[in-house]
Amino acid sequence: MTEPVPPPTAAAKKRFALAVAATALVTALVTALLTNIFQHKQEAKNPYIRFVQVTEETTDPAPWGVNWPRELDTYKLTSTASRTRFGGHGGSEAMPREKAEQSPWLPRAFAGYAFSIDYRDRRGHAYMLSDQEMTKRVTELAQPGSCLQCHSSVIPTYRRLGDGDVMKGFEAMCRLTYAQAHAEVTKTGSLNPVLQGAVPTGQRVEGAHPVSCLDCHDPATMQLRVTRPGFLRGIAALLARQGKKDYDPNRDATRQEMRTFVCAQCHVEYYCGPKTTLFYPWNNGLKVEEIESYYNGYRFPPEGGEKEGHRFYDWKHAETGAEMLKAQHPEFELYSQGVHAKSGVACADCHMPYERQGATKVSDHWVRSPLLNIARACQPCHAVPEDELRLRAETIQSRNSALLERGGTALLDMLGAIRQAKDAGAKEEQLAPALELHRKAQWRLDFIAAENSMGFHAPQESARVLAEAIDFARQAEITALKLLPKSPR
Amino acid sequence: MRLLRIPWPRRYPLAYAVLLGIPIGVALFTFRYAEGLSYFSSDPRACANCHIMQEQYDSWSKSGHHHVAGCNDCHLPRSVVPKLLAKARNGWNHSSAFTLENFPEPIRIGPRNAEILQENCLNCHESFVHDIVRLQSPGDVLSESVSCVHCHKGVGHAPTRPTGPMIWIGQRP
Repeated sequence: MTEPVPPPTAAAKKRFALAVAATALVTALVTALLTNIFQHKQEAKNPYIRFVQVTEETTDPAPWGVNWPRELDTYKLTSTASRTRFGGHGGSEAMPREKAEQSPWLPRAFAGYAFSIDYRDRRGHAYMLSDQEMTKRVTELAQPGSCLQCHSSVIPTYRRLGDGDVMKGFEAMCRLTYAQAHAEVTKTGSLNPVLQGAVPTGQRVEGAHPVSCLDCHDPATMQLRVTRPGFLRGIAALLARQGKKDYDPNRDATRQEMRTFVCAQCHVEYYCGPKTTLFYPWNNGLKVEEIESYYNGYRFPPEGGEKEGHRFYDWKHAETGAEMLKAQHPEFELYSQGVHAKSGVACADCHMPYERQGATKVSDHWVRSPLLNIARACQPCHAVPEDELRLRAETIQSRNSALLERGGTALLDMLGAIRQAKDAGAKEEQLAPALELHRKAQWRLDFIAAENSMGFHAPQESARVLAEAIDFARQAEITALKLLPKSPR
Repeated sequence: MRLLRIPWPRRYPLAYAVLLGIPIGVALFTFRYAEGLSYFSSDPRACANCHIMQEQYDSWSKSGHHHVAGCNDCHLPRSVVPKLLAKARNGWNHSSAFTLENFPEPIRIGPRNAEILQENCLNCHESFVHDIVRLQSPGDVLSESVSCVHCHKGVGHAPTRPTGPMIWIGQRP
């Protein structure tokens, strides 16, 4: 039979223990690797899981975040302060600084208009509604309901006010005051999913939300879509000019085009009321003088027995009396003149670059300046060191800023000259040419000043526009000075 | 190696076999599950297994080179031993980077791999370009300025971002 086994020696016991430990370690490592591979494979397979049902009425982003947590997490980061050399918001919870701190000529340029009392740098998407609620332009002056087209997640309210017709509701809300329209948006609130019982139901929760998921995504398919009535009309008018009838971006645009259009719903030039329904002035094209020519040909609805409505203007300048144009924030228009747009680069490529998370890639919903995210925003195409890219962008911006401030000086000189001429008794019809030049000069200067890229979106176009602005301002100055009585020699 | 001199188990050999078989089995399964065998092939799809190279794979399949050269034709040396060594080195680097997720992005080619790439450009195109390449003396470290892909960026796979004509942008100045 078997020999009797001698009792294990101490060395043998130690060897045995070591062998067990080594095997356990190797097995643990291999299993860890296995689960890691499993996890990566799952990431690649399931970009998202739909836990709750979001609908066309879910304006609150929180339920969407149950299904798409990565996107919501980064969207929420838009509430954090972000600042570049020329723009943004550096403080904590404080309001951003007044733009006049950097460009002291601004308040005088906007004399007689709401922007002279409060005009601050922007904050992130999460603040768009509360910033609007707080600005003195809204709290101290009457503003129309059309402002909420872009500052709130408004489409369900349009649908409700228009009895199912978004366009009708849009027209109706543009006729309301800001306070009335805000109350309507708050009343619509959000239809949030409730997980109780076998059938998921919805619960209406009151409250207005800033731009939200459903403004750019179809809740059924998550595909990009555009919803803003003003944009839909504007882009159709723009493409009609190119010979494309009945253009509907939701049907006709490529995905890459949609990655710009979703932003162009709001980051554009528009007329926001109150004299007529909100519109985007793109019928003649997107360039500064094409928009100007559309405004110059535009007539407001006739008032009080007028045969023909008055020519388009935003306000009358308090010092000169000129009928002025105010530029909003024509990012889409200026970008469209630049090399990035010509090369087929969309807004989202730089402002919402892809971010790899495990084996999936996610669009960064922390929409912000690419200068704060150069590795992801610029380097996928430009194999150049970060510092060099930053320097290149800041060089463009510094030059643009210098030209812009030079324009501001020219504008102030012009205002002084027109005022002198007025004080010296120049008649209205004598002043008219100078006032027309004032309108042209300031429209161009403001187009670049209000645009949020400090010229970067199209540097050469920006310089061209500023050069014209300075030229028109100086022409206006000369025209006004010629009206002064000749001083005796 | 006294430690590893474990005597043939005379008692309960089956138990020992089972205990040893479990980790080996887990390891083999992991290898299979991770499609380990595919890395011994030259199939470009293997390079996009982990999806990080998906953009490169997609744009390669539409590039001017896809019918004449796969990933390995440009990214690995031609002769057998250097090829296997490069594969092993890159395989280790890539799999550990992807597991630990500790690599800088965007991914850029490293200096040694850039040399291999350049050699492969010349393997096919040298007779065309030897006048240019001779500017570099033998043994020089590959400098960016004479690297073929410095200018011919898109020949293999690029751009890494989708672009396309934007319908609203007119062609007139």
